[in-house]
Amino acid sequence: MIETIAFYIFSAVLVASAIMVVFSKNAVHSVLFLILAFFNAAGLFILLGAEFVAMILVIVYVGAVAVLFLFVVMMLDINFSDLRRGINTYLPFGIFLGVVLFIELVFLVFQGWVAPPTDGPALAAPAPMLSEISNTRALGQLIYTHYLYVFQVSGLILLVAMIGAIVLTLRHRPGVQRQRIATQVGRKRSESMVIKQVATGAGAPVE
Amino acid sequence: MLESLAVFPPLAAAAVVGLFGRRSLGDRASQLITCGGVLLAAAVAIWLFVTVALGHQPHTVHLFHWFGSGSLQVDWALKLDTLSVVMIGVVTIVSSMVHVYSVGYMSHDRDIPRFMAYLSLFTFMMLALVTADNFVQMFFGWEGVGLASYLLIGFWYEKPSANAAAIKAFVVNRVGDFGFSLGIMAVYFIFDSVQFDPVFAAAASKVGMHFNFLGTQADMLATCCLLLFVGAMGKSAQLGLHTWLPDAMEGPTPVSALIHAATMVTAGVFMLARCSPLFEQSPLALEVVTIVGALTAFVAATIGLTQFDIKRVIAYSTMSQLGYMFFAIGVSAYSAAIFHLMTHAFFKALLFLGAGSVIHALSGEQDMRKMGGLFKVIPKTGYLMWIGSLALAGIGIPGVFGFAGFYSKDMILEAAYQGGAVGQFAYWLGIAAAFFTAFYSWRLIIMTFYGAPRADHHTMEHAHESPPVMLLPLTVLAAGALFAGWLGYDHFVGEARGEFWGASIFVAPGHDSIEAAHHGPEWVGILPLVVGLLGIFLAYVFYMRKPSWPAAWATGLSPLYQLIFHKYYFDELYEAIFVRPAYWIGDLFWKRGDQGTIDAFGPDGIATTTRSVSAAFSRLQTGYLFHYALAMLVGVLFLITFYLVLGGV
Amino acid sequence: MIGLWNYLIVGALVFVIGVMGIFLNRKNVIIILMSIELILLSVSINFVTFSAFLGDLFGQVFVMFVLTVAAAESAIGLAILMVYFRNRGSIAVEDVNTMKG
Repeated sequence: MIETIAFYIFSAVLVASAIMVVFSKNAVHSVLFLILAFFNAAGLFILLGAEFVAMILVIVYVGAVAVLFLFVVMMLDINFSDLRRGINTYLPFGIFLGVVLFIELVFLVFQGWVAPPTDGPALAAPAPMLSEISNTRALGQLIYTHYLYVFQVSGLILLVAMIGAIVLTLRHRPGVQRQRIATQVGRKRSESMVIKQVATGAGAPVE
Repeated sequence: MLESLAVFPPLAAAAVVGLFGRRSLGDRASQLITCGGVLLAAAVAIWLFVTVALGHQPHTVHLFHWFGSGSLQVDWALKLDTLSVVMIGVVTIVSSMVHVYSVGYMSHDRDIPRFMAYLSLFTFMMLALVTADNFVQMFFGWEGVGLASYLLIGFWYEKPSANAAAIKAFVVNRVGDFGFSLGIMAVYFIFDSVQFDPVFAAAASKVGMHFNFLGTQADMLATCCLLLFVGAMGKSAQLGLHTWLPDAMEGPTPVSALIHAATMVTAGVFMLARCSPLFEQSPLALEVVTIVGALTAFVAATIGLTQFDIKRVIAYSTMSQLGYMFFAIGVSAYSAAIFHLMTHAFFKALLFLGAGSVIHALSGEQDMRKMGGLFKVIPKTGYLMWIGSLALAGIGIPGVFGFAGFYSKDMILEAAYQGGAVGQFAYWLGIAAAFFTAFYSWRLIIMTFYGAPRADHHTMEHAHESPPVMLLPLTVLAAGALFAGWLGYDHFVGEARGEFWGASIFVAPGHDSIEAAHHGPEWVGILPLVVGLLGIFLAYVFYMRKPSWPAAWATGLSPLYQLIFHKYYFDELYEAIFVRPAYWIGDLFWKRGDQGTIDAFGPDGIATTTRSVSAAFSRLQTGYLFHYALAMLVGVLFLITFYLVLGGV
Repeated sequence: MIGLWNYLIVGALVFVIGVMGIFLNRKNVIIILMSIELILLSVSINFVTFSAFLGDLFGQVFVMFVLTVAAAESAIGLAILMVYFRNRGSIAVEDVNTMKG
């Protein structure tokens, strides 16, 4: 019973906030609605029994990605009063397309989904009962054994993304003085000092 | 072997000078090489004349096989009999004199190597023509001289009038050449061979036979001969295809002397003489030749009366004399025609080159209305022109001595008188033409050399005699104009003519007008001399004594004068009937056909279509991301719908 | 009772909203990036749903990787956006038309 109500609340809010992400006038509002959508999706996940994924969703998506969005929105200083006015001429057509797409998606799955035979081929990763191990533990057992390579590759992907982001946005400001430690340490006496004999009383020319 | 040296040195000289003259050899070397080549050929030609014609040893030197297809076998060969060695002699001697003259006349020109190379090329082509032993080699030479004529008329190619004249010459010649090639095809069709010897041997057997030509049953030999004659008409500027000759005077004067007086225009006469076995079998063809020749002689002489350009007067004189040669052939007096060809070559070349000296002296002036009083200034040229004109008018003392034209022209007229009804027609027109010839020749001399100078003071001061390199060839040609007739009379048309000509000319029994002429009435031969002297006297009266008479006669007979002065409006007629429609058709094919249809559907059409289609497509690239995303979404939906509805692949 | 279909419909709805968000927004480019996040979210819902109903844990493993990739992609996307904004000074969607052919 409670499951049903929870489901409908979560999905309603999810859909509503998704719509608000797209149609909100204020960019910051859009990001906040995105965060709300993620939270509700996490709730849906918990209803499905995938609590690890739900938590990951909250920590990674909300805590990192959405915050990143917020950072950028704030940094870019978008003047929302400067937004283009005028009626979106594509709106009716777009909504029509969306409706068609939705219908087709549903239709497709409706046609194509057949319940798997109970005595068919074995599942790729049969889920143990929740009573035996927690979802997290089960996932861990799976990832670190069978899907290790994929796991490492996803780590590499993140590394690449990090490097890529730095490469794209880094710029050297001219005129900024930095310490070049290696150069400093590697200086030799011959490069830095010259001893000149100076006669008593005479000055040394400055070069 | 030695015979080749009469034909090929000019070709070698032309090739060497033409390819290397401008960069490597330079002017002097080019002149020396070409003059040397053609003088060598002339020397060998004289030797050939002595051995072959006087020594009665005709033979054929076979060079090599050109091509063959079934019964059509074509070789390169040098047929040396009296007819061809006479022609070789004429061509090489006159050509060598013109080469030497050009050294002086063209000395200030920029393109001396090119000119000399073209002259030598022309000489070779003419020699190939006259030494041919089959119709195809003759056609090669025929076309070659037409090409050389085009190149030389248009030598100063920066002048638009020269280019137009060159094209006109080539195109009008082409009409004749078309007839000639049809004639050659007819010969092959009738005789199954294009070699002269088999064809001429079989000529008599085809008399009276008919074949299907243009839908009618036409007499074989007459058709064949008439088609060949059309070719001769084009090349020798007979009435109808003559319009190119006066305009050909755009070329330098040595060109006019060599090509349009002595050699190329006589190729038609030579060809008919060579084909005498064919023509003798077709009386119809002979009559047509006579009539056309006589009309040409008369019409050209009338036009020559009215022209003011010194070169044009001489050009019309050439056309008139060519008419004489043709009607001589028409009355079967082939040897008289060739005799006149030879003498005419000498005195006409002399006249042209002399006119060149006059033009050179007056720094380029060609209008006789601006000449006058030149005899004191350039006496040597004056004497030489006198000799040439006396030869042209056929002046002489019967039985004692005459200038060259006296013998040859008289022979033609006497033979024509014996030639039946058409011959009589030709005779009287010829007499009238002789009168006009004398008149306009002395009109030329008087207007140029006598009277008060009408050129401006500046030009008269600069007038000077030509250098020896130009006078020497004139002297040689004058010697020919003086003595060629007297020396050649017996051999060419006199008692010794049978042995002299041998088998190179065939006259059918019953046609021998020359024989009849030797036994004709006395007055027939005296009359041309009388009218010639009358013409000279009248010219003296009109232009020395009563200078107002020419203008008075011109205005008095104004319609007739205008008709003649405008050359009987032939040019205007051809322009309206042929030239303008041709341009119109060409324009139509160009604008509507080539540009409008082929280009529009071909390259241009494809290009335009490609451009417009790609312009339409490039409008899809708006640059807006959401447009692209929308397009992607529509594509995806389309695919999904496709799979849903059609159940997938 | 809540069955498979309910979850799938929810997923489909969010997906459609995300797709429409890409080309219906006129405001700025960040909305596009957020719509992509919504699409990835809907895919994750789908995977988890099937994982739960099939009893197969692989769905949840995959969701983790989807998460990883989504994070990486949004980081790069935002970096690009930052550089673009630095150069052009505006991120209105209509100004992003330099690819115009």
